Amino acid sequence: MKNATPSQTIGPFFAYSLTSTKYGRRLLASNRIDSVSGTQIRVKGQVFDGDGEPVPDAMLEIWQADPEGRLAGANDGANIKFTGFARAATDQDGTFIFETVKPGRFHTSNDILQAPHISVIVFARGILTHLHTRIYFADETSNDNDPILAAIEDPNRRVTLIAVPDSDGNGYTNYRFNIRLQGEEETVFFQWS
Amino acid sequence: MTADNYPPDNAAGQPDNAAPTYRSTQKRAPSIPPVVVPATLGELSKPLFGHNNLTENDSDLTRQHNAKPQGERIIVAGRLLDEGLRPASGHLIEIWQTNAAGRYIHAADQHDAPLDPNFTGAGRTVTDADGWYRFTTVKPGAYPWGNHTNAWRPAHIHFSLFGPSFLSRLVTQMYFPADPLLALDPILQSVADATERARLISILDFDLTQPGWALGYRFDITLRGNNQTPTES
Ligand SMILES: [Fe+2]
Repeated sequence: MKNATPSQTIGPFFAYSLTSTKYGRRLLASNRIDSVSGTQIRVKGQVFDGDGEPVPDAMLEIWQADPEGRLAGANDGANIKFTGFARAATDQDGTFIFETVKPGRFHTSNDILQAPHISVIVFARGILTHLHTRIYFADETSNDNDPILAAIEDPNRRVTLIAVPDSDGNGYTNYRFNIRLQGEEETVFFQWS
Repeated sequence: MTADNYPPDNAAGQPDNAAPTYRSTQKRAPSIPPVVVPATLGELSKPLFGHNNLTENDSDLTRQHNAKPQGERIIVAGRLLDEGLRPASGHLIEIWQTNAAGRYIHAADQHDAPLDPNFTGAGRTVTDADGWYRFTTVKPGAYPWGNHTNAWRPAHIHFSLFGPSFLSRLVTQMYFPADPLLALDPILQSVADATERARLISILDFDLTQPGWALGYRFDITLRGNNQTPTES
C-alpha cells in the first residue's frame, strides 16, 4: 500500500493547456455538455476569495448524471454520447459559465434517492489540494430529502450549494451559483469517505 | 467500485490548504473543515471524454512546431499506480510547463524571459497496459514569483491526472533532483512529511536515458483508490 501522490496547486498558468483554444490546441473538454434530452440549463456564477474579491484564475470541473439519472462512466446502458464532464476557467471577473442539462436523480449506496445535482471540483492558484462541492437547484423540492444536504449540520450553510433561478432569455433555463472559498457564506466543501 | 476502495485515512500526506508561507492560500483556503460524507456513485464513477484521438506529437513537446525548441531535451516517464500498487492503465495525463528560459506561453506570464516560437509546453498521453507513460520535452527553467523577496519556483512540470473515479482526480507538480530551490519553495514544502514530499521529485534514471540524445527522469504517480477486491474479514 502507498498513499496517493501529494497534490500541488494548479497555479495561474494552466489555461493554455487545459481550458483555452487561443493557443491552437484541441481541447479535451469545453464548458458545454450536449444532450438530446432533458432541460437545457446554463449555470453562471463567480468564484470569490476571503475578501470577496473575484478569483480570476480558477478552473472548475463538473461531472453529472444524464437527465435520466445515469452516469456515463458508471454503468447500466447510460447514453455514452452524453459525457457528463465539462471544464471552465474563470475570467477576470471570476465568472464561469456551464451549459448543460438538468441532471436526473440517482441513488446512494444505501439506496436513498438523491436530489438532482452536479459534482464540482475547484482548482486555483493558492489551493494546494482541490476542493469538492456540489450544485443543487432551488426549484427541486427533493432537496428537502437529499441525504448529502442533510449531512450538513448547520442548515444555514446548505444554501451555499443551491443554484438560484436567474433571468431568462437565451433559450436556457438559467441559474446563478457563486462559490466563496473563505469567510462569510463560505461554500460547503466535501470530503468523500 | 465501492466506497471501501477509498479509505479516508489515505488522504494522509496531502498538503493542508492553509499553508502560511504560501501567500496565495491566505484568502483562498477554506476556513471551515470539509463536511465528511459517504461517496455515492457520482463520486465513484469516472468522467468520460474523448482522449482516443491523441497523436504522437501530443506526448513529444519537441515536435509540435516546425523547428526544435531551445534547451536541454529530456525524457520524462514513469508508472501510474493505484494505492494497492497495481498499474493504472488507460488513464489520461496532461502536462504543462515553462520553456527552457523559465517562461510560460500563457498570456498572463510577464516574466522577462524570452518566449520560444518552437515550444508551447503542453502535452497529453494515456497510460499503457502496465500503467506506463512517457513524454519527450525540454527541461523547464526556474522563474521568479511574488510570494516573497527573491522567491523563485524550482523548475517543475505541472501534471493533471484522471483515474478510475472522480475521487482519484489529481493535479500535482514534478520537480528535478538536486535543485537548491526545492528546500526554499513554499509550494513543495506545503507537503509536511519529508517522505511524501520526496515523491514529487523525479529521479535521474539511466534506464530511461537515450544515450547521446536525452537524459531520462523517472516520475511514478500513485492515484487515490485501491481496486483490490475487498476480502471478507
Ligand atoms: Fe508553474
